[in-house]
Amino acid sequence: MTSTGYFLDHLWLIPLFPLVTAAVMLFFGRRIPKAGVSLLCVGSVGLSFLYALGAVSQLVGAEPEQRVAQQILFEWLTPGPMQLTAGHTVRFVADWGYLLDPLSCVMVLVVTGVGFLIHVYSVGYMSHEGGYYRFFGYMNLFMFAMLTLVLANNMLLMFVGWEGVGLCSYLLIGFYFLKQSASDAGKKAFIVNRIGDAGFILGILLVGVTLGTIRFTTQGLPDAAGFSGIQQVLKSAVDSGALRFGAPTLTAIALLLFVGAAGKSAQIPLYVWLPDAMEGPTPVSALIHAATMVTAGVYMVVRMNSVYQLAPFAMDVVAVIGAVTAIFAASMALVQNDIKKVLAYSTISQLGYMFLALGVGAFAAGIFHLMTHAFFKALLFLGAGSVIHAMSGEQDVQKMGGLWDRIPITARTFTIATLAIAGIFPFAGFFSKDEILGRAFDRYFSLWLVGFITAGITAFYMFRLLFLAFSGYSRANEHVEKHIHESPPTMTVPLIILAGLSIIGGWIGWPGSLGGENRFERFLEPVLAGVIPETGAVRIAHHPKAVEYILMLASLGIVGAGIWLAYQFYRTKRIAPELVAGKWPRLYSLLLHKYYVDEIYDAGVVDRVKDLGTALGVFDAKVIDGVGVDGTGWLARFGSTLSMWWDKWIIDGLLNLGAKVTQLFSYPVRLLQTGTFSSYALLILFGLVVLLAYYGHHMQVLLRGVR
Amino acid sequence: MLSIEHYLFLGLALFVIGVIGVITRRNVIVVLMSIELILNAVNINLVAFSRLYGDVVGQVFALFIIADAAAEAAVGLGIIIAFFRNRETVLADEMDLLKW
Repeated sequence: MTSTGYFLDHLWLIPLFPLVTAAVMLFFGRRIPKAGVSLLCVGSVGLSFLYALGAVSQLVGAEPEQRVAQQILFEWLTPGPMQLTAGHTVRFVADWGYLLDPLSCVMVLVVTGVGFLIHVYSVGYMSHEGGYYRFFGYMNLFMFAMLTLVLANNMLLMFVGWEGVGLCSYLLIGFYFLKQSASDAGKKAFIVNRIGDAGFILGILLVGVTLGTIRFTTQGLPDAAGFSGIQQVLKSAVDSGALRFGAPTLTAIALLLFVGAAGKSAQIPLYVWLPDAMEGPTPVSALIHAATMVTAGVYMVVRMNSVYQLAPFAMDVVAVIGAVTAIFAASMALVQNDIKKVLAYSTISQLGYMFLALGVGAFAAGIFHLMTHAFFKALLFLGAGSVIHAMSGEQDVQKMGGLWDRIPITARTFTIATLAIAGIFPFAGFFSKDEILGRAFDRYFSLWLVGFITAGITAFYMFRLLFLAFSGYSRANEHVEKHIHESPPTMTVPLIILAGLSIIGGWIGWPGSLGGENRFERFLEPVLAGVIPETGAVRIAHHPKAVEYILMLASLGIVGAGIWLAYQFYRTKRIAPELVAGKWPRLYSLLLHKYYVDEIYDAGVVDRVKDLGTALGVFDAKVIDGVGVDGTGWLARFGSTLSMWWDKWIIDGLLNLGAKVTQLFSYPVRLLQTGTFSSYALLILFGLVVLLAYYGHHMQVLLRGVR
Repeated sequence: MLSIEHYLFLGLALFVIGVIGVITRRNVIVVLMSIELILNAVNINLVAFSRLYGDVVGQVFALFIIADAAAEAAVGLGIIIAFFRNRETVLADEMDLLKW
């Protein structure tokens, strides 16, 4: 079950190209001229795209069952034997290896393709900015991390990519690091993501100790002996009855992984970082916070679909969180005035759609929407960037207007993207959104209703944006007005290509009810087979065609209603938005303040953490420093005072005493020393006489002997 | 005939005169001269015993002492002159720098 070919054998080159240029940029970028930076960085991503295209075409050329290629470069972590919760011991290994199957095909093409276009766009967009090489270095590093994430053949390597994209996201959000709000937003994104990542890594560990392997599959390996994959272990565990459908362990794994996915893909309650992430340069918002990184959570859940399919409760949680996030974020997008903020909430909302799809078992539809969303949302962000470029940095839509003829290419491509995201036939968004809504309808009517209403809201806020920015009269000041100009070709050409993709991108999933065969879903099917067929969570939709047509017409209807309403509000101005806002002031204020979620988080978590810090600081000052350090200091000083007293009065005192006694006894002797030598001579004589008297006897003996 | 005792008494007399001179005289020059007397008392003893035992070593020793006395007188007079230049006195009871 393997495919081979030049590009498949050189899979590892795809992430390597951007890594090399990223390293060059970050180490030597300062000395490379701008043209060189552009050539190297855009070229490396382009090369990755070509290699990805080659690999995918070689894979697609094979039979559907053989469309998988896996390549283990080396054993990366080999902690050795590990005892599983089931009791037996296995040899646990994490490889550095790449896996290309239909699922990663889609991802790798989206990442390199859209990434390449955004890199080209950045050449124009960033041309006037400082830190040009730094920007491209980070962007290429991001490409490497994202490609590692989507091509990883095991969960741990995926986690490496996962953290890598998180790091690059942080670096690029805070790209204008001298701006306080930008560096704050970077930190916020990083910290909120850490909360999700904690769940993800716990999930990985639980998979490891439960199944004994973190490889996704053994398929595609030339020689699978000695290897085990999650897919295969799970299947044998279910077959042998060791794990049943809905087992608590599997539910726990699925929920922990979803915590990670919710952090990265900005789902309730961890979505708060994404709107703030708009502080980064606009191409970053397009690449990282719309097209690729934020969809990593969706990709991860789909990659682990065999676990999710056995955990129906976790699936329901995913579906409900997705649906609630979709409508919640869409409602917040209604009243935002910052063009990028609207798109940010829209992204959260669309990601909610994808999770809704995954939760109802429509994995293929979720990935399908991921792909089409990458096209039209990248286009929307790049279009917004082009508008901001034209408006000399203005982001407030209330100060735009009348741009339709001033920046025609941007305006027209932006319109195409808006039609695509609203879900107008036959633009890309229609097919993927319709697929999701249809599958949701089969499973939970209530969730379908939420998604259905969200579609209407989406159409409204996107057309509000379109009308406010491009139609009517200009509300910009004269200074800005003079400088309005269409962007250079490096920016407009990617817009045009993405507009094309936003139109035709959905056609590969043309549904059966409209005479197509949904090739996209067929293509992904081998990856989504699951381990037991026809489980409850993934009942295949079998509603009659008539229902499908009704659903399509209904969603087109509500989209039309949303557009009509936006038209009345912001084009013809028959209804004044201020009047509506005035009618429900509390609702308006609630939406304007984004449900006060940031404030609640600040009050509930951030301030409490700060309180804890303050309390710890006080504890430090009073107890550690006060009692501990100062107390020790006092003790030491007290001890040294004692010691000094001892030294002065006992040690020195004894010495002085000795000296005094000596002095006392020496006094009479001193009196003898008169200094006049005649007295000394007398004393010597005296001594001599005494000596002679003493030795007199001996002298006699001596003298006698002489005789 | 002169016996050894006569020589010894002469030596003793010279020695005692010298010692009394050293102890009692105030003038340092006279003290120096008294020391010469003591030395010569010793010389007489040495020569007398040398003659008594027929051993020439005593006489040689006496010659050495005479040379030594000359040197001692030179050094002593030098010290006295140096002292006189500083203190303008040659009186022993005013030379009390050596106490304590």
